[in-house]
Parts: sequence; C-alpha cells; structure tokens
Amino acid sequence: MSIKNIIDAKAIERALTRIAHEIIEKNKGLEDIVILGIPTRGVHIAKRLRDILEATEGVHLPVGSVDATLYRDDIGMKQDQPMLKETDIPVSIDNKKIIIIDDVLFTGRTIRAAMNVIMDFGRPANIQLAVLIDRGHRELPIRPDYVGKNVPTSMQEKVKVRLKEIDGADEVVVEAE
Amino acid sequence: MRLKRKDILTIEDLTRDEIELILSTAGSFREVSEREIKKVPTLRGRTIINLFYEASTRTRTSFEIAAKRMSADAINISASSSSVVKGETLKDTAKNLEAMNPDCIVLRHPSSGAPDMLARFVKCPVINAGDGSHEHPSQALLDLLTIKEKLGRIDGLKITIVGDIAHSRVARSNIYGFTKLGAKVNVVAAPTMMPMGIEEMGCTIINRVEDAISVADVIMILRVQLERHKVPLFPSLREYSRLFGLDKEKMERAKKDVVILHPGPINRGVEISPEIADGPYSLILDQVKNGVAVRMALFYLLLGGGRE
Repeated sequence: MSIKNIIDAKAIERALTRIAHEIIEKNKGLEDIVILGIPTRGVHIAKRLRDILEATEGVHLPVGSVDATLYRDDIGMKQDQPMLKETDIPVSIDNKKIIIIDDVLFTGRTIRAAMNVIMDFGRPANIQLAVLIDRGHRELPIRPDYVGKNVPTSMQEKVKVRLKEIDGADEVVVEAE
Repeated sequence: MRLKRKDILTIEDLTRDEIELILSTAGSFREVSEREIKKVPTLRGRTIINLFYEASTRTRTSFEIAAKRMSADAINISASSSSVVKGETLKDTAKNLEAMNPDCIVLRHPSSGAPDMLARFVKCPVINAGDGSHEHPSQALLDLLTIKEKLGRIDGLKITIVGDIAHSRVARSNIYGFTKLGAKVNVVAAPTMMPMGIEEMGCTIINRVEDAISVADVIMILRVQLERHKVPLFPSLREYSRLFGLDKEKMERAKKDVVILHPGPINRGVEISPEIADGPYSLILDQVKNGVAVRMALFYLLLGGGRE
C-alpha cells in the first residue's frame, strides 16, 4: 500500500482562509449565513471556518451539524447499518443561507441526503456547499461552491483527511492499494 | 456495527456490548422526536405489525409512534378485536400474518415464552413487548437510557426495586439489564410477592423498605398487578400502601439526589403517593419520552441492516 501526502497543516489553513473570503465575497457579507458541518470531520472544519469568518467580519455565526445517516439511499443494502451521529441545527433555517461543510466530496450521495435533512427542518433561501477536498467521481448532479483542493483520484484510492481535533495532526493523504 | 440477532426477546440473551449499542443508538434518536417534522425516511416501505394480546396504552402507542417516525407502516392488532376471539391459535395467527410479508412483528402476550415461540414460526424479526411475568426488554432498555441520561452512568449505581417482583416482567428485565451494566440491584417486597431463588439473578433481597430506600441512587417502583393475582397476596390496598407505598415520609430516608422510576400505569396512592409521582425526583415522563427513542433504535438495528 502506498501513501501519498497531498496537503499539510499550513496548506489546510490557507485553503480554509481562502474559502472564508470566497464565502464573504459571494454572499456580500455574512448576513443570514448558517454553517452546518457533516459529522465527524465536517463539523470540525465548520468550526474552524466559523472562527476565521468571525475574526474577519466581527460578527457571530451560528454553526451546527447535520447527520445524513437516516436519509441515506443504501439503508437496508449494506450488511451493517451505519452508526448514527449528531444532528444539531441550533437556529431556524427558514430564509437563511445554509453552507454545508464536508471534508471530502466524492459521489455526492451524502450531500443529497444532507440536503433532504435540511429541507425537513425548514425552507432555506439557498444551500451552498464547501469541501476541503473534491476527489471527483460524482454520481449525482451536485457541485461544490467552494473547494479547498481538487484531487484527481482513481476509484481504488482512499482520501483521508486528518484533523488535529480528532487525529492529532492536520494533513490529507491518498492511500492506494 | 450491527446487532447479530434476528429478534429481541429478552435482556437475559443480550450482551453488555449489545445493550450499549442499543442505548447509544437510542440516544441519537431522541433528537428526531424534537424536530418540527418528526419523521425520517429510513424505514420507508417496511411494514411493522403490533400484535397485542393484552391491554396497553404506553407500550403500544410508543411502538406505533416509533415505527411511524421511521416512516414504516404500522398495523395495530389487539386480541379483543381480532380472530383470537373466534379461537384462532397464536401459531395460525402468526402464519397468516406472515403470508402478508411483514418486516417485523411486535408481540405482547399474557403467556411467558409466547414471543420466543412466534420467533421460531416466522422469518421476520420479533420484538417482545412483554410476555406474562417473563420479560419486557424494551422497558428495561428505556429505563437504562433514562438513568444514563440523568445520572451519566449505570456502572456502580445502587438500584432498589420495590413491589410486586413475582409478577413483574419489568423487574426481571431490569435486574438482568442493570447487573449486566455493572449496577448493584436490591429488591424489596412483601414475602408473598418475592419469588423463590431471585438472588440467583444477581440481586440482593432487603427485608425493610426503609433500609432499601436509604441506600439507593435509583428507586424503581412496580405496579401492584392485581389482575395477575390468583389469590389475594396482601390483606388490603391500604395496608400495602402503608407498608410498601413510596410516600413523603419514607422518602425522608432517601439520598437527596435520588431518582424515581415507575414503568406505569401508576396506581396513585397505592405503590406511590401522588406528591412523589409528580415530584422533582420522578423521571416517569422522561421514561415515556425515552421509550420512543429506544423503540426507534430497535427498529433501526433490526431492520436497517442488509437482507441476508
């Protein structure tokens, strides 16, 4: 098995800073923005992004988590059912601009499920998507609005995002058989 | 992670790891019931039959709400309005229900062991919703979840169970559940309501109610099950209430941060006085709330995995 290190701690920090500025630019500020991370690592990235955004614009931003497990399209197909994680949407999302945060964008199926969860909580003005890594191979018509880094991969490879909060270090690696 | 079993029939069968998996899954399901749209699409297209041969409000409603919040179709059958009154046996009822291809059957039955028999007749998962004086596993699981939510742990707690131990499936399931998760269980009851050999389940008999109350972190009160008593087991309800009913006076000996559970339905003024049932120590309504989450978790863990 070969392991290839694609980005390090410094590059992750730069990517998040750039995404933060793109969010502010595209939305002409941070009014009505709600940030929702997809557990587990998406939630930690969401909190880091929130910190950068708040420091830049001097405003308070609500941040929460949205677990898509119960809305997945493969329930009853896999032998083992996936473990549930936390959904915590702290404010009303009606007419808000939602930014979904995930670590790796792959088939797009998790994002589809997450959007359905969000729609059951209310009617947002729009939903945007920010990811640290886009590894391609989409199976649904979903595209990210903000990307930390595009990483072309083969289906056999695995992309792993490691974060200080959980894994003790910040890095992104690609593992191949 | 998954439950490697087809049915949930008893707590006695479950391992500590399985119980903890159910509790942590149920903990995640609590939030779904607090949403504005209290429904997730997880079990769309699945059919769950609630087959109840005994009266029930809480348990039947709880299983039905749990199924519906998971988007499964729930069908309720009660014995009094079914072919049981025409003399159909449980086996024939089961075979006929199975022909309609349900994905799960929840059974409550007055005979101990009936769910075990049903599970051998049908291919779909069976959940025991209370069988005779044998077990009531989902009740014990919701009791464990309620205590874990309030006190943060089960391990090392002292649990006192007061009341009609001999006729109580809730007591049996709870004794297994608490001891498996590392709690110490004391039981106290009138001698006519204390079954022989109960110590073999891993609990300790305490003779005086006052002693059992003063050591407890958790007090669980059981209902006096008059409908199961073939002969009177005590002279009068008033005497029972005076000796074993939990009231303000007896609670004076309890620890300050004790919590009180009761599986319902409560006989106010018999095994528990109204001011205690409605008082600050009481977790009775938390139990009911957690019941829905536990049953959603059971459906998810039994039906959400792959088909063999």
